[in-house]
Amino acid sequence: MRIPCPYCGSRDIGEFVYRGDASPVRPAADGAEAAMFAYVYLRDNPMGRHEEHWYHTQGCRNWLVVTRDTLTHEIPSARLAAPLNAGDAV
Amino acid sequence: MSRLASGGLIDRTRRLRFTWDGKALEGYHGDTLASALLANDVRLVARSFKYHRPRGILTAGAEEPNALVTLGSGAHADPNTPATTVPLTDGLVATSQNRWPSLRHDVMAVNQFASPIFVAGFYYKTFMWPKKAWEKLYEPLIRRAAGLGALSGLPDPDSYDREHAFCDLLVIGGGPAGLSAALAAGRAGLRVILADDGLEPGGWLLSCRDTIAGQTASNWARIAVAELGIMANVRVLPHTTIFGIYDGCEYAGVQHLGAGQPEPGQPRQRLWKIIASRALLATGAMERPIIFGGNDRPGVMMASAASSYVNHFAVAPGRRAVVFTATDSGWQTARDLIGAGVEVAAVVDPRGGGVPVDMAGIRRVRGLVRDVRGSAVRGADIATPDGKVERIDCDLVAMSGGWNPAIGLAAHLGQKPVWSEAIQSFLPGALPPGLAAIGAASGQFALGAILAQAHGAAAALAETLGAGGHAGEPSVAEDEACGVAPCWHVAGARTKAFVDFQHDVTDADVALAAREGYVSVEHMKRYTTLGMATDQGRTGQLNGHALLAAATGKTVAEAGTIRARPPAQPVAIGVLAGHHRDEAFRPARLAPSHGWATALGASFTDAGQWKRAQWYAQPHESDWLETVNREVLATRNAVGFCDVSTLGKIDVLGPDAGALLDRLYINTFSTLAVGKARYGVMLREDGMVMDDGTTTRFAEDNFFLTTTTANAARVLQHIDFARSVLWPDLDVQATSTTEHWATFSVAGPQSRALLADLLPEIDLSNAALPYMGARRFRWNGISARIYRLSFSGELAYEISVPADHGPALAQALHEAGATPYGTEALGVMRIEKGHPAGNELNGQTTAADLGFGRMMAKKKDFIGKVMAQRPGLTDPARPALVGLKPVDRAQRIRAGAHLLPVGAKPVAANDQGHVTSACFSPTLGHAIALGLLAHGPSRHGEQVVVHDPVRGADVLAEVCDPVFVDPEGVRLRG
Ligand SMILES: [Zn+2]
Repeated sequence: MRIPCPYCGSRDIGEFVYRGDASPVRPAADGAEAAMFAYVYLRDNPMGRHEEHWYHTQGCRNWLVVTRDTLTHEIPSARLAAPLNAGDAV
Repeated sequence: MSRLASGGLIDRTRRLRFTWDGKALEGYHGDTLASALLANDVRLVARSFKYHRPRGILTAGAEEPNALVTLGSGAHADPNTPATTVPLTDGLVATSQNRWPSLRHDVMAVNQFASPIFVAGFYYKTFMWPKKAWEKLYEPLIRRAAGLGALSGLPDPDSYDREHAFCDLLVIGGGPAGLSAALAAGRAGLRVILADDGLEPGGWLLSCRDTIAGQTASNWARIAVAELGIMANVRVLPHTTIFGIYDGCEYAGVQHLGAGQPEPGQPRQRLWKIIASRALLATGAMERPIIFGGNDRPGVMMASAASSYVNHFAVAPGRRAVVFTATDSGWQTARDLIGAGVEVAAVVDPRGGGVPVDMAGIRRVRGLVRDVRGSAVRGADIATPDGKVERIDCDLVAMSGGWNPAIGLAAHLGQKPVWSEAIQSFLPGALPPGLAAIGAASGQFALGAILAQAHGAAAALAETLGAGGHAGEPSVAEDEACGVAPCWHVAGARTKAFVDFQHDVTDADVALAAREGYVSVEHMKRYTTLGMATDQGRTGQLNGHALLAAATGKTVAEAGTIRARPPAQPVAIGVLAGHHRDEAFRPARLAPSHGWATALGASFTDAGQWKRAQWYAQPHESDWLETVNREVLATRNAVGFCDVSTLGKIDVLGPDAGALLDRLYINTFSTLAVGKARYGVMLREDGMVMDDGTTTRFAEDNFFLTTTTANAARVLQHIDFARSVLWPDLDVQATSTTEHWATFSVAGPQSRALLADLLPEIDLSNAALPYMGARRFRWNGISARIYRLSFSGELAYEISVPADHGPALAQALHEAGATPYGTEALGVMRIEKGHPAGNELNGQTTAADLGFGRMMAKKKDFIGKVMAQRPGLTDPARPALVGLKPVDRAQRIRAGAHLLPVGAKPVAANDQGHVTSACFSPTLGHAIALGLLAHGPSRHGEQVVVHDPVRGADVLAEVCDPVFVDPEGVRLRG
């Protein structure tokens, strides 16, 4: 399996670390326990396209949002989780 | 000798000697072991798996189910190798398997007369009870009676290589389709890899007598391979089996090197991982047997194999043949046999029709071979539609039931094959992304059509992928007849008729499975073990499915096929491991002082990938404990030093560095003064402790973090996640500097005096460098850092120099009189000081469990803060950190033991925690331990039972403060 890292190009999956669903957003500091509980533990298990966090640990060390089809393992796209800072070379 | 006087592709000028079961025989360069055995009239080559029936050579390819042999001897012994795939080499030693005492007289052959108990599912039915008898009696007996070759039991003496490759087009198979496609794609300019599993590319072209573009087919193949060989954009991988297709257009293959035996110093096999934008499946087709009585006898052979032995290897597989065929290709075999001077007694074909013009005089019988006669074939009983049975004497029955496209690879990503009425077999349906089938694998069996189709497919791909060159024109050949009639099973056989030769599955077994309700092909496979042998049922699988379909009133299409999974061919574990064995099993990271410590005679231990000095034994010391005690006491009483470079080091830089650290750690770092260090604890978002370490601020916008050795990579990942996903608005960068610095801890009451001599330029007074102070300096002209940190609890410093200078610093400290100590002494001193480490930071402990509850800042957000406040994580009954001392000071406490109230029964309900770390404390003169105990902090002074049912008796222990030495911290501030 390969992941098209927007920074490094198409790379072997062994260079990446998987985190999981990219959609949960960390609640604000004063967030209630229920919201934090949902953020930490509750995940959907969708069939089909799924946006997930992958870390290019043996490459550019960027966190990526990778779109993966959980049924076919097709990876149509990947983008940087955080936009590059202005002035950073690509 | 059955060697033909002329013809074939063998090199008659190169005679090769080999032995078979100890007997010296000869063959030629270009032979396989199978062809050489046939040339020497060896027809009995194996005993079958279950019934120990005599078996011969059925095929001429990798699908061979019968002729499995052991190559070599001793550690080099390679069992279960199909003789059909072994290139003959001079001095080859081959032996037969699964027979005792000899191949000809195998006492286990009585199994076939006991066959009623060896039917399908017999393991499940017969040997159910009693359970003990299975392990002690039945299993060893069955294993001795039924089996294949034996492993040598010795380490594999060969080496294996691994290579990754990238290409535009991978062509899998180098027969007519593969060569035609590779030529077109190569000429057009694509980057092409052609992988062919034969000893020489060419596939069926090496075994047929067709002509292509005016050449013999084998000549055309050799010219094509030569042309591919000189194209810079084409790589031909001979003797390479593609065994798996994986996600992302990845293909795995094994290349066999050195023509059967590795060259000295060279690997035996190479694992290929090929990333191919596109691939063409040109794996051809495999002929399938027909199920009739005695179809497993030596002398019964696939028709295509008979052609192959005659045309490719110039060996006559018999003297008088009956060809039993439901296909037009079987008639070509009859022609080949006649051409080689083999008498064809009859061509038995269930289809009506006449004899082709060029075969006038050959007898055609409309009928079926019902049984063959003889232990090796002596004759065949032919059943004709009028109900008569005629016996024809022969020593060879060449059978052809049809052709199965070799499409296993196409199903590796879950795609299902589809039935084709035209070819009476399955074809690829949907294909894995990037893959297309050509040639016989696509159901196209006529040579001329194959060459044109494959060329067209490759040329179209070149166009799609934007290759600039011209694909040229396809080579031209005639189309031969390719008709086939369904012919799976001959009813009424008087003798055993085999479906799966290697696993001894008969037509009766399949019928029994159907009667007992195993009506799905997947269930029938597992119940009868059909297709579960090392050949994975390549020859017999579909026949079995057809039988099952007939028994259950379905069509073959409705019965379907089993799911093919990688690997498509057996793959040696050694080639998957490649270079990753023994010392190279995984990378070793060496601490900067490694070479220096080795010279001093240190013993090393693994800490993840790191090798760390465990202790530095002196010649007179009798055991490791004596050494460790000396190292601890030398440090506590004078001065010691230890390489702590393996701790993770991370530079955090930027205007928001302090803000980020405040969110990563439970305590506050933005308020830390420049030139000061602070201990910190970070949590996971679920509230559990993730890691700890000290962080030093070297400038307003520059913090230097340390992590535990084990968690260095994880913490960097965590920091990157926090700064780029959680808070991308923070202007902060992080980078690992673990490998950049050599760091030594210098600890003990005399550490200041020693360093004052060594580093006279630095003011080491408490005023200039107080506890938790840090500063940069230059040592011998290089940048260096000194931190006033203590893990041991003594007056201590950590000194960092660039990693290259580590050995020199170690040398200097040693020469100045400090005692080197290893991880064991480090561990003893940290237990004496009650510092949590890996055993306590086990992913299940909270900051409060470890005594850091009050460090948690109230006024700021940090990762894990909300979840750490859940009732379950703040419950005072949670096991929390305590110290433990044996009441009888002579006794020992072991890590992992459980803690029970005194007098309580040792059951899980009474469990109150466990011992996490334990050691002998030379400072106190008795055993001590750290543990996690329910209500621990409020139970100091109480007694508990340390229960260790695995390793010894219970020990009564006193609960105490986890800090055993200098609890007030006087020494480290000294
Ligand atoms: Zn990258």
